[in-house]
Amino acid sequence: MNDLGFPILSLLIWLPLVGAVAVFTLRGTEANVARNASWIALWTSLIVLALSVVLLAKFSPSVPGFQFTEALPWLPQLHVSYRLGVDGISVFFIILTALMTPIVVLASWRQTKRAREYMAAFLLLETMMIGMFAALDFLLFYIFFEAVLIPMFLIIGIWGGERRVFAALKFFLYTLVGSLLMLLALVYMWHNAGTTNIVTLLHTPIPVAAQPYLFLAFLAAFGVKAALWPLHTWLPDAYAQAPLPGTIMLAAILSKMGAYGFLRFVVPMLPQAATYFEPLMFTLGVVAMIYASYAALAQTDMKRMIAYSSIAHMGLIIVGIFAFNIEGIEGALFQMVSHSLVTAALFVCVGVLLGRGVSLDLSKLGGLAQRMPVFAVLLVIFALANMGMPGTSGFIGEILVMVGAIKVNFWVALLSASGMVLAAAYMLVMVRRVLYDNRSQAIMALPGDINLREAAMFAPLVLLVLLLGVYPGLVTHLLDSSVQSMVQLHLAALQAAPNHASTHLAMVTK
Amino acid sequence: MFTTLAVFAPLAGAFLTLLLRPFLSRNLAVGVSIIFIIISAFCGVVPAVRHLIIGAPDQTITLGSFISVGHFAANWALQQDALSLVMVAMVSVVSALIHIYSFGYMSHDRTMPRFFVYMSLFTFAMLMLVTADNLLQLFFGWEGVGLVSYLLIGYWYDKPAANAAAIKAFVVNRVGDLGFAIGIALIYLQFHSIQFDHIFAASGAMVDAKYTLFGTQFPVLEVIAVLLFIGAMGKSAQIFLHTWLADAMEGPTPISALIHAATMVAAGVFLVVRMSPLISLAPGAEDFITIIGSATALFAATVACVQTDIKRIIAYSTCSQLGYMFIAAGVGADPAAMFHLINHAFFKALLFLAAGSVIHALSEEQDIRKMGGLWRKLPVTYVVMWVGALALAAIPPFSGYYSKDVILEAAYAANSQAGMFGWACGNIAALLTAFYVSRLILMVFHGAPRAAPEIMEHAHESPAVMTGPLVVLALGALSSGFLLDRPFVGADMANFWGSAIAAGPHGSILLAIEQLPEWVAKLPLLMSLAGLGLGFLFYVTLPAIPVALAARFQSIYQFLLHKWYFDEVYDALLVRPSWRLAKFLWHVGDDQMIDGIPNGVAHLTSDASTQAIKMQTGSIAIYAFVMLIGLLALVSIFLLVR
Repeated sequence: MNDLGFPILSLLIWLPLVGAVAVFTLRGTEANVARNASWIALWTSLIVLALSVVLLAKFSPSVPGFQFTEALPWLPQLHVSYRLGVDGISVFFIILTALMTPIVVLASWRQTKRAREYMAAFLLLETMMIGMFAALDFLLFYIFFEAVLIPMFLIIGIWGGERRVFAALKFFLYTLVGSLLMLLALVYMWHNAGTTNIVTLLHTPIPVAAQPYLFLAFLAAFGVKAALWPLHTWLPDAYAQAPLPGTIMLAAILSKMGAYGFLRFVVPMLPQAATYFEPLMFTLGVVAMIYASYAALAQTDMKRMIAYSSIAHMGLIIVGIFAFNIEGIEGALFQMVSHSLVTAALFVCVGVLLGRGVSLDLSKLGGLAQRMPVFAVLLVIFALANMGMPGTSGFIGEILVMVGAIKVNFWVALLSASGMVLAAAYMLVMVRRVLYDNRSQAIMALPGDINLREAAMFAPLVLLVLLLGVYPGLVTHLLDSSVQSMVQLHLAALQAAPNHASTHLAMVTK
Repeated sequence: MFTTLAVFAPLAGAFLTLLLRPFLSRNLAVGVSIIFIIISAFCGVVPAVRHLIIGAPDQTITLGSFISVGHFAANWALQQDALSLVMVAMVSVVSALIHIYSFGYMSHDRTMPRFFVYMSLFTFAMLMLVTADNLLQLFFGWEGVGLVSYLLIGYWYDKPAANAAAIKAFVVNRVGDLGFAIGIALIYLQFHSIQFDHIFAASGAMVDAKYTLFGTQFPVLEVIAVLLFIGAMGKSAQIFLHTWLADAMEGPTPISALIHAATMVAAGVFLVVRMSPLISLAPGAEDFITIIGSATALFAATVACVQTDIKRIIAYSTCSQLGYMFIAAGVGADPAAMFHLINHAFFKALLFLAAGSVIHALSEEQDIRKMGGLWRKLPVTYVVMWVGALALAAIPPFSGYYSKDVILEAAYAANSQAGMFGWACGNIAALLTAFYVSRLILMVFHGAPRAAPEIMEHAHESPAVMTGPLVVLALGALSSGFLLDRPFVGADMANFWGSAIAAGPHGSILLAIEQLPEWVAKLPLLMSLAGLGLGFLFYVTLPAIPVALAARFQSIYQFLLHKWYFDEVYDALLVRPSWRLAKFLWHVGDDQMIDGIPNGVAHLTSDASTQAIKMQTGSIAIYAFVMLIGLLALVSIFLLVR
């Protein structure tokens, strides 16, 4: 058990499931069920949020290892156990998941079509995601990682847009192929270490010859999840077709699962292969950034534009991770946190427009600044954060990744920074198309500015985005020791088993 | 203490105006931000004057930690050396005057409090920029002023031209910022710090350090200096990155005065001067700065000679004057650059606000061909505009004379090819400057009225709330030259600047200008007088000449009128290809190539799954089934290999 005296992680994981079961057993008229389901879901998610804040408060930043660990035997003869724990890296994703779920529930407040199943699916999703981030056993991780797909697949497939079945299948197929390859990697590593305990796996060297194959398997699994170019094309379809709360979850949390996987497994467990493939990953990251930014510029639909922007930012995160230094990895992590907040907020903005029955076609929008001034201010703030304006959280991640990347290669840093220029271009075009210029009659007849429910969704997001922009120490302080030990282990592993690989694909010059 | 108040009063004013707006009347809400900016101006002037008299620099005030990751650490801090104090005083005073002026100028605007909130935020960001003791806070202010500039250029967001100009300004600046940000990263890589004092202390040891780019070894300080200067080029609208400034005139005129003349565009010069201890060790970069500055000074002056929009003429003049400051910074005469920066802030703000007064009087007319004969109607504006014009044209005793003279002498004294180029361009530009500014004034105020009679009928002098700040600025333009000459570039120079500005490896170049031949020192003034004379000749004595010249040299005239075709070339080479590439990547790249293969598979599978869906209750069954198979496979594989 841990210092708290109660299994807080298990509670965080299974409480939403209890809520989901409670929602599922609701009976009565459709309207009644919808209202009760929403309230149960909201309260469950708020309690989970409160618990996660306790987790954060009790977390001691100076400890580099895992905290709040729990372990129960599960398949003892196979050395598989139910093992949970968090370090400075995973704790943020748990908090983010816990923060996003109530926002998503609020965003779905008017959901009446099969509201019971809908709310249950989101609570189930929360269970799976927190479980995945807290899992310290590879098999447990794999099960949660895969199980996330079930509620998400349902959410897209049942409550999605016109082409929801296509989008859901595409999402499903891409992810499944990747996951199956990861399964093979898992089996190998299980065999190699004799256990699936992640802490043990972290300290069990893997033969250098096997590492590239494992790396590619992980790349398939996590690359798809992180929407790494060219594995990204499921993303715009899934984002566009998912119901808006689903899109928020996909963008804020699910897209981070891939990057989290790279940090948890690939970098520490496959140090030689990670270094060997560093040039490849830089290339993919930089191409993603520039390619997706250009594609974003061409979009005519607000939701798809934000989706492409999201792909571009994932590229930056990959570059940061594979810089293998404190600045780069903390930058990538910070960028993940910031990207979750900002992208979620941008999609909430989209939701505000959808809720008023406005088309998302950028050529038909315009002039909203006058009708909805508060909304306009918020949209501008989040658009600025998305393009990395200092004073917002977006900047800190970008500058840290840039600083980390230049330690490795000037051109990687320059090209990833060029995303800054392109992001400014497409975000300002979006702001202009939505808020300024022409004012159609339809838009001037809209109901007024944001309401209380919408304000409740925006408030935590805008506060965090600005607060982290001027005082990033709130996050980086908790990351420091975990990231530092990770970087040191990585360097130590490279020195212990020196190989020629690190200079093999010599794009990197100092 | 005073500096802290000076920096944060505008921020407090902006927030209070925003919060109190629902409870106060429009004018009261605006009044709050004006009161706070006046407090800021007072608190900004006190430490600067104290430093001027006593000469002891104050300690840096640390407000708290900004970031700390690895060695990448920076504080929120307020530096109080001579350079910062001078800038704080100038920015807060000019901003306060323009706040007051705007109270009159914007009085008919529907969302006036929004305008004042932006202006106060701008002032805060600018003050954070100039008081930074590290590169990251400087970058925060740098981007902050850029943001507010974007918001204010697009202030009238119903105007498509304003929106386009706002985006252009932001994106062009971002191109420069890209260089700046990479420069910061490279400094961190080399110095393991982004604190100014650490960087400058270690600069000397880095002179021989090399950095490999394009397969060639470059001195790392040269690379860093050029990258930082690219940032400065964007912000200060130097040639190649200048295209946004003229378009930025779509914003309200007080903004053109505050942001696009007096303060923000000077931030690039400030950056170069601030980094002078490093840049002075990079002679190649210094030459680059001089050449870009010289080219801009000349280029922008030629364009200003033929423009017809009153604000665009002054905007190109701003470009040109910033070029002069870079000439000074490039030849190592950084105090002269600062001297011209401060003088320019006063006389250029004055010119813009006076132009605003004219525009206001003529019902928003900006074309000087439709003005004329206004001097009787607008006597105060007329007089102060002459003061500004003579300061710009560098006629003694007005301020521009002192600083421009020093700059050109320093360029000559530099005795280098770049310096000579700067000296030649600067002298020609001095002639053009005097010419275009006299053209401006003569066409606006003299001759027969060309405006419609009913507009002339309504033309009236602006209210005291607008002419008051004009008079104060005119006093500044009249006196800042001889008042600041001695501490800035004269005998007290070393004492005044202290360690804030590097003297360069061979001592300050400004000490060498005393030995220059007489004609070098006299030439700029002669050029200016000649320019004024030419202006009188063209627009008073023989008005047929300019018309004949334009007709005779049609191609040159068109070339200048179209601003050397920069916009057209950029549009054809950069903007339109970008859009095409964007569309290509989306439609061909994503939809056809990358998606082609998986979609084929997906069609096959979706056929199969349609069958499966018919058999089962829903698609979840397939997924559960696959999961089950996956787990079975996992366990069996594991048992086998074991």
